[in-house]
Amino acid sequence: MTLVDNLRAVWRYRVLVQNLVSRELKARYRGTILGFLWSFLNPLLLMIVYTVVFGLILNPRDPAIGGTAWLYALYMFCGVLPWTWFSSSAIESANVLMINGNLIKKILFPAEILPVVTVTANLVHFFLGLPILLLFVPIMGKAFTPYILFLPLVILVQYIFTLGFSLLLSALTVHFRDIKDILANLMVFWFFSTPIIYSLKMEALQRVPIVKTLLNLNPMTHIIEGYHACLFTGELIHWKRLGVTLAVSLILFVFGYMVFDRLRDSFPEEV
Amino acid sequence: MVAIDVDGVSRVYQKYSARHRFQTFKSALVRGDLFRSLRADEVVAALDDVSFKVEKGRAFGVIGENGSGKSTLLKLVAGIAKPTAGRVTVQGKVSALIELGAGFHPEISGRENVYINGIMLGLSKKEIQQKFDEIVRFAELEGFIDAPVKTYSSGMYMRLGFSVAINVNPDILLIDEVLAVGDAAFIPKCLDRIDDFRRRKKTILFVSHDLNTVEKVCDRVVWLKGGKVMTIGDPKRVIDAYLQDVAAKQEESFARAREERQAVPQTFEEERRENRWGLREVEIKKVTLRNLAGQEKHVFAPDEGMAIELEVEAYSKIKDFVFGIGVFNSQGISCYGTNTGLEDFEPQLIQGEGRVACRIERLNLVNGTYYLDIAVHKKDGYPYDYHRNLYSFLVTSTLKDVGVTRLPHRWEFSPGIQMKPPRKE
Repeated sequence: MTLVDNLRAVWRYRVLVQNLVSRELKARYRGTILGFLWSFLNPLLLMIVYTVVFGLILNPRDPAIGGTAWLYALYMFCGVLPWTWFSSSAIESANVLMINGNLIKKILFPAEILPVVTVTANLVHFFLGLPILLLFVPIMGKAFTPYILFLPLVILVQYIFTLGFSLLLSALTVHFRDIKDILANLMVFWFFSTPIIYSLKMEALQRVPIVKTLLNLNPMTHIIEGYHACLFTGELIHWKRLGVTLAVSLILFVFGYMVFDRLRDSFPEEV
Repeated sequence: MVAIDVDGVSRVYQKYSARHRFQTFKSALVRGDLFRSLRADEVVAALDDVSFKVEKGRAFGVIGENGSGKSTLLKLVAGIAKPTAGRVTVQGKVSALIELGAGFHPEISGRENVYINGIMLGLSKKEIQQKFDEIVRFAELEGFIDAPVKTYSSGMYMRLGFSVAINVNPDILLIDEVLAVGDAAFIPKCLDRIDDFRRRKKTILFVSHDLNTVEKVCDRVVWLKGGKVMTIGDPKRVIDAYLQDVAAKQEESFARAREERQAVPQTFEEERRENRWGLREVEIKKVTLRNLAGQEKHVFAPDEGMAIELEVEAYSKIKDFVFGIGVFNSQGISCYGTNTGLEDFEPQLIQGEGRVACRIERLNLVNGTYYLDIAVHKKDGYPYDYHRNLYSFLVTSTLKDVGVTRLPHRWEFSPGIQMKPPRKE
């Protein structure tokens, strides 16, 4: 099967992926004084902004979240961090083949490495922000529970989902450059369609079940809910929902990879 | 053993971007084989039924004008592009020097770029570690290897790219015109490396416009024109055939330029102001350039000679007249000038139509474009009809000497000086 062959080819290039990811990370902070500290500072500053705006100014003390501004900020941070990983990956992937057009035209190597590198580099950023989040869990007044051990599973599901989406995007954008603009808008819409700044348990949502159903159709909902379960509420992840999300992610991955493979030969002349 | 087998290969490119053909996402995804459904007027054949084999250990040259399909051919052999029809079979590890330093990232150091570029070209991390010092030394970048690549000059960039690519140690090396950027010291180093490759019985596919290097490096040469194979064979023979074709093309464009000039009728005043003056008591009605065999030409080889033929007409009986020619090179330097007066011809009478020819036995001019002054005037210089730089011709030859004119000469060496004579052609 070609998919397996392709994956094997990517595996053979794993050293390249590793080097490109580290290049990506180094290049991003090259020339800055604080360097890698920015990976910690960016989420920290974001967290402070969210705490002030949504915790103190808007002050939505819904009991579903915990009732205090601090807890609300923590809740939001649990969602924003993985969301940033997803949306940055998607937006960068849409461009990645064009930016590296020179490589695709002149050097023979599996082009899917480029979106893989994008998603992985953003995963590393996510990992660098994670200690800040873990640090704030006890500070904001939550205790760690053993359910935090399911976190790697949630991350894996998100990785597969993000990668599938990124493969699809990167290949299609070569032919339809409009996707870049569509995507920027789609990501805003998608952000608000995911329980990041609100909770599915909020009272207002219980009154309109149709909205809740729609939100449940969004795979990112269950991935973010997975983070909430592991880190915020401290309960077992919703096995059934996350299982279905994993299946959807795998399907998206296979579909995205097939589209990518199909359009592969057209890249050298179109990018 | 055959290292590269190109069998009936064609490659078709779309004239326009594929985007306008994709009406919907569905059509793009469902019909993966878009290329075959294209209409003929939307495609360009970069290669058309090209076949050749390269034996292992041989150096094979590819020559042709811009747009003749050379680079496409290289990309097909490298596997970067796929043939539309036909088959390319390659035995062994290929390294393509298509664009040096293609994968370099400007923000990170030369060192890190060497690693990433090396891995992309198929080296393992360990191999790069072993060869790293050699790569840096060859590129002459010992002092700069930890600086970001964006601070490199284009020459440094190129040297590092070449150094990495040549150290990949492939079985088959593809070289596309990459030596054009090196300086006088680096190019011989590169050529040495290429020679070294040949000695180690590696296969080389070499694309270049530098015909002298092609002739030196290659065992066999293919000449591509418009995507088709014109000739394959001995370098000397193929290169000569190619040069003849180029000369014929230059001839054509010269003739066209001349026609265009004639097609625009100029008023007497304009001509006088610009490049023709005199009251035309004797008129030069037509000037034709031929070789001594009588063919009308604009591109000359030195040993063809040249005949400048004038058709003149005198509108009354005139007893004082001189015919003259002047040859100027493209910088406006007078290379040669003479007239019948300087050569002590005594004019007697000219009346009605007549013909004058100046036959030059050997065109002792170096390669270049030349302009002709043709005039008929009185002995005291009063012009009847003066044509200033109105005619031009081109001299081409395989000789590379410089200057204004070619002085007939030969070299002699005392026995203590050992000098191998040039290959007789």
